[in-house]
Amino acid sequence: MQAAPPADRRRRRADLLTHIVLILGVLLFALPVWIVLMGSTHDGAAIGRGEVPLLPGAQGLDAYRRAWTEGAVGTTRVPVALMLWNSFVMAMLIALGKIAISLTSAYAVVFFRFPGRMLAFWAIFITLMLPVEVRIFPTFKVVSDLGMVNTYAGLIIPLIASATATLLFRQFFLTIPDEFVEAAKMDGAGPLRFFRDIVLPLSRTNMAALFVILFVYGWNQYLWPLLVTTSADVETIVIGIVKMIGTESNIDWSVVMATTVLALLPPIAVVVLMQRWFVQGLTDTEK
Amino acid sequence: MQRKTIFPQKGLPYLLLAPQLAITAVFFFWPAGQAVWYAFLRQDAFGIRTQFVGFENFADLFADPYYLQAIWTTVFFSVSVTVLSMSVALLLAALADREIRAAGLYRTLLIWPYAIAPAIAAVLWLFLFHPSIGLLGRGLNAMGVAWDYRLNDGQAMLVVILASAWKQVSYNFIFFLAGLQAIPRAVLEAAAIDGARPIRRFWTVVFPLLSPTAFFLLVVNIVYAFFDTFGIIDALTKGGPGKATETLIYRAYLDGRVNLDLGMSAAQSVVLMIMVIGLTIVQFRFIERRVHY
Repeated sequence: MQAAPPADRRRRRADLLTHIVLILGVLLFALPVWIVLMGSTHDGAAIGRGEVPLLPGAQGLDAYRRAWTEGAVGTTRVPVALMLWNSFVMAMLIALGKIAISLTSAYAVVFFRFPGRMLAFWAIFITLMLPVEVRIFPTFKVVSDLGMVNTYAGLIIPLIASATATLLFRQFFLTIPDEFVEAAKMDGAGPLRFFRDIVLPLSRTNMAALFVILFVYGWNQYLWPLLVTTSADVETIVIGIVKMIGTESNIDWSVVMATTVLALLPPIAVVVLMQRWFVQGLTDTEK
Repeated sequence: MQRKTIFPQKGLPYLLLAPQLAITAVFFFWPAGQAVWYAFLRQDAFGIRTQFVGFENFADLFADPYYLQAIWTTVFFSVSVTVLSMSVALLLAALADREIRAAGLYRTLLIWPYAIAPAIAAVLWLFLFHPSIGLLGRGLNAMGVAWDYRLNDGQAMLVVILASAWKQVSYNFIFFLAGLQAIPRAVLEAAAIDGARPIRRFWTVVFPLLSPTAFFLLVVNIVYAFFDTFGIIDALTKGGPGKATETLIYRAYLDGRVNLDLGMSAAQSVVLMIMVIGLTIVQFRFIERRVHY
């Protein structure tokens, strides 16, 4: 047998090392999720005693059934089904709402000339510098003065303005050829028809990408729902889990683990299924 | 940049802008203005009278050793999170960019953690590092290390840094990978023909071309560590033990929510606002330069 030339051998060794490091990287992210996934099929008391299982247990989906209908016994007892629904409504309406109002704002700024146009654009742009965390109590006061505490409206509307989405759509609208607009005008199509028949279909990819980013953003909110929701009816799943682990005694750990899995699934599904648009969109939006 | 062909309507654009501007005015500008206004006021102990106190709230804030400690905690925490998550992400991205088998699969398997909420990341790390139910926490105790991040300052800081950095790796990975893929192959081939070894080639040719991405991520990661890690800290340590993991945002939350000190909380909001404005300006000035060059 002939020895491989040194360059070839070096390359093969580098490839092997690459695979090893990447697999370690993948495990670094998969392992914590694997632990809760396996733990959720075991007896909660055993986990509480510190027997961390790495293989499926005998309880099957029982913890999921209990979490779904009863929630965590000993804490808030909000059924996880309700939490999931609340998170879903919040994430959906934030994503769709942000996309809708950003589409129309960007359309107004790009396709019309009117007094105050630049002012409106800058007003939207400047909200980039006012994340909810820095104005949290005054914003809470406004929401409570408007009677929106513990409502979906209070949870969602204050988060719905979006400078990034508006900037992205504006950027994209500027690339729509003038000929399209002229042709539409010649056909006698007004601005609303042009918006519906030409602009919306052309924006589909951008909308899909933004949807992923904004759905995840909405689903993962923590500080704002923590302040605005005190009643179980509007509790989101991210808040619900942290409340479950907050008591430290008498926790049914398998229910907590099952709830964690349920909280992870929807946003991960959205990211993985729409990965192609998402990666493109994320790197476009933020630049 | 402006379009040449536009629609002539005058009223319609205002209608189209109305929802976004209404929300911006009611939930952004009005509260931000209120925060600035409250920062200069002080209420008496009974909450009956309020008086204008100028910069007194700010003076008190910066005279408070606990606030200065929170600044130091935030800086240490943010720098650690940023350095750790960016270096791991850069390593993984550089490797995933190589022409190897299953490269696409690796990418998907490293991108999905983007979807994990900070607070959920904290719960996952609890199951690793909890002293009595966590896999590693128990292991450490069995090995004779007195591990309990709920009691030990340094361990608490370590756990929140690890969880926060872990959650941010996939975001950085996506951007580094996009940055690497944008580098023209011809540049890399030229460097390879010059005979430079891969690691040397990376630092002398590839990394300088990645520096705009790295700089952008630097700002994003600092903002993330400042604000978005609230859920991680709240779920794992609640700022404790003592004040060991109390960052600026956590302190502002405690002062407003628990201590109900609106003047001091507002003054802290203003300090944070100035920091965000500063970071945003740095980022946009830099990006503008890049666009023009």
